[in-house]
Amino acid sequence: MTIDMSQFFQVFFDETEELLAEMEKLLLAIDVAAPGEDDLNAIFRAAHSIKGGAGTFGLTDLTEVTHVLESLLDKIRKGEMTLLAEHVDAFLVAKDVLKMQLDGHRLHTPVDQEAVADARMMLEALSQGGVPKAAPTASLDIAPRRPATPEPEQGGAQRQFRIELPAIADRDVDAIMDELGLLGTISKETLADKRTVFTLAGNGSADEIIAICSFILDPNDLKITEEPVARQMTAAEAKAAQEAAQGYGFFEPLSPTEQQAASKAAQEAVQGYGFFDNFETQEMKEAREAGKMPPPASPPALPARETAPAPVQEKKAPARREPDKTVHNSETTSIRVGIEKVDQLINLVGELVITQAMIEQRTNSLDPMVHERLLASVSQLTRNTRDLQEAVMSIRMIPMDYVFSRFPRMVRDLASKLGKRIEFVTHGAATELDKGLIERIVDPLTHLVRNSIDHGIEMPEIRRAAGKSETGKLSLSAGHQGGNIVIEVTDDGGGLNREKILAKAKSQGLPVSDTMPDADVWQLIFAPGFSTAEVVTDVSGRGVGMDVVKRNITAMGGVVDIRSAKGFGTTISISLPLTLAILDGMSIKVGEEVYILPLGYVVESLQPDPVDVKEITGQGRVVKVRGEYLPLIPLYQMFGIEPRFTDPSKGIVVILESDGRKAALFVDDLVGQQQVVVKNLESNYRKVAGISGATILGDGGVSLIVDVAALLRSSRQLTADESIFS
Amino acid sequence: MTQTVQSIVPANGEKSDRDIAGQEYLAFTLGKEEYGIDILKVQEIRGYETVTRIANAPDFIKGVVNLRGIIVPIVDMRIKFHLGEPTYDQFTVVIILNVAGRVVGMVVDSVSDVITLSHEQIKPAPEMGTALNTDYLIGLGTIDQRMLILVDIDKLMSSAEMGLIEKIAA
Repeated sequence: MTIDMSQFFQVFFDETEELLAEMEKLLLAIDVAAPGEDDLNAIFRAAHSIKGGAGTFGLTDLTEVTHVLESLLDKIRKGEMTLLAEHVDAFLVAKDVLKMQLDGHRLHTPVDQEAVADARMMLEALSQGGVPKAAPTASLDIAPRRPATPEPEQGGAQRQFRIELPAIADRDVDAIMDELGLLGTISKETLADKRTVFTLAGNGSADEIIAICSFILDPNDLKITEEPVARQMTAAEAKAAQEAAQGYGFFEPLSPTEQQAASKAAQEAVQGYGFFDNFETQEMKEAREAGKMPPPASPPALPARETAPAPVQEKKAPARREPDKTVHNSETTSIRVGIEKVDQLINLVGELVITQAMIEQRTNSLDPMVHERLLASVSQLTRNTRDLQEAVMSIRMIPMDYVFSRFPRMVRDLASKLGKRIEFVTHGAATELDKGLIERIVDPLTHLVRNSIDHGIEMPEIRRAAGKSETGKLSLSAGHQGGNIVIEVTDDGGGLNREKILAKAKSQGLPVSDTMPDADVWQLIFAPGFSTAEVVTDVSGRGVGMDVVKRNITAMGGVVDIRSAKGFGTTISISLPLTLAILDGMSIKVGEEVYILPLGYVVESLQPDPVDVKEITGQGRVVKVRGEYLPLIPLYQMFGIEPRFTDPSKGIVVILESDGRKAALFVDDLVGQQQVVVKNLESNYRKVAGISGATILGDGGVSLIVDVAALLRSSRQLTADESIFS
Repeated sequence: MTQTVQSIVPANGEKSDRDIAGQEYLAFTLGKEEYGIDILKVQEIRGYETVTRIANAPDFIKGVVNLRGIIVPIVDMRIKFHLGEPTYDQFTVVIILNVAGRVVGMVVDSVSDVITLSHEQIKPAPEMGTALNTDYLIGLGTIDQRMLILVDIDKLMSSAEMGLIEKIAA
């Protein structure tokens, strides 16, 4: 288990990285003035998925940041807050922090805890929502220290720097000015002590400025300050900033002695540099106060005074870049390939196997003495083809265990967090599922399990009062059923509350009526933003989970079904199509036709004694098997085939079991047992009653897979109809 | 610049329409009649191979075959439209069509050639005279002494009559 976790970690890291990238893409593309609801929901879902995944793996630091991020996003999404540009910036900073934390877990790179704390503080501040009071600032000369650090996502934004040069020759000053002019608009002023100060507005970064200046002078003598464009600060902000900076060289007087203070400031800045993220908050609040982002290139009322010595930046920059480099290295160990490509590969290999079988058959008739070398080559080909086929098939199929084994830890952590006692069981972990489906089922299942723990299973006291065992039971099961794979999350908790769901639906303006059938009421919980939880915790209750679940599953061509009884629990059943799933099948023959029976339904096969077959008037025939009378289903009648035998005692009956009901299927012959790749009939044709899919046999022919569950149902109907007529 | 490009493209399109004249059609026979379908709908032409029968399907749906890993239904047009004798031998031809995003095989008596018809050569179909409902016809194409019944194969194959595509329950 402990060893296995590492592979799941890798998947989680990959997924999270993708989600973060996606989030960043959406954030960068979003139209602040009129954000699309879908985009906001998508960003929110990304954050939520990361939180869910991080929770599963016990990465609490990620969960904490995503939680605050989510809270703020939720408010914006629900229209309680208007999206402002500073929100987007804050989200991007949070995204960077998450990335840093992720790399910290993944590559063990250092994590800047102060940056994390600052990002959280900023998000929380924004989330409080109160527009900051415009209190007079302590002094106009005060501005927060801001060591300018390159931030990739801000690369395109206009920034303003104040660059203070030491006293140098005019010629050098002009050279620097020319070079810097390439980065943006530059203006020059000369201070009383002959030193030159540039004000540069453009999209360059402090790093670039240092790189340019270092040709001519020592970067240590250089002072670069990124200036806030609007400088009005509230007392609260000043205080927050002060706290964050912990007072290190914070208030600096404008004086020529500044240079002397530089070395001291450098020292302090090293300790305080985590603070710069926090600065964003202030900038944002200021901007919100103004109601709009200030024009980027507008000159500041008063230049900021703080220094951010170059050495600090140099230290900082490599620390940030390192993780990226390593990430690239680790990514090369696995590649992500489109499902269609893999499908095509599998189909082509299937063809190759058939062609190879044909060659083998042809060469069998050759004289082994004469064609010895040809025959040796053919047998070599046979081996290679088989290996190739195995390798290709293994690309796709993964047992459900891959998903299930993620949960025990999550269940335990959540249960202890919520003070609940939960017994967690899984069934059918060996059921193989297409990799594409496995990957996509993880998120929905995570949400469902969390929901069951949070809302489904009650607290021990309540359970005791209800006469149930204090320990709740949560089960996760997977299995083939008819033409589908069914994955179920079952809890024995309180069940869904019909009245509460209806009331909530009404308050949200959804079209509902009190007389709706239960099944329709349960489906309401899949509406976006729907949650009946009174308290939003970091576990669930925001109403995003079920929305994601439904969306993901529908995208997979699946169906979500809820069964719930008040006081007895809830079962959420996900039914996925079988496409490309591998099935253990038993091939049987009727007349000249070969069909596949899913082995999971087959109990046994036998040739009945003539005396055990009884005719029941108008009810068809029954077979007595070990004292049990089972209805006899002649497959030749169901499918209209000309059989070899019409007498069950001459053919074979296969005892099938589905949904706890048994029946005897009468066929001519058993052919064999094999693993088959299930192909969808519906992609080019349509659904056929009694058939769940098709497969390609070794000889290249097609064989149909019998939908046993449907067959058993229809046979009952058949007998019922006949009894009406007779 | 952009305007120039735009003005060239339609000019070219019109030109090709006029000069190269209309479309290419694959001509095939069913009984005594000669039919034509848009060549772009044809994926390939194959010989008839053993099909796997589908239980309780209409008789004109012969069954399904494996086409390089894809399960493809085979429709016998001769049975569907009561044309000619449905015989299956080494000369029986299956036209594999790619219509409405699906792959379907169509059994016909024989495939003759690919012909190009200009717009002038295509006449509207009369109300009677063919086994197919005129709804599924593009028109009648005439070339020399031959007359081709041009079939809108997309429409025909996706029609409820063929029963190839499941109608989505409302």
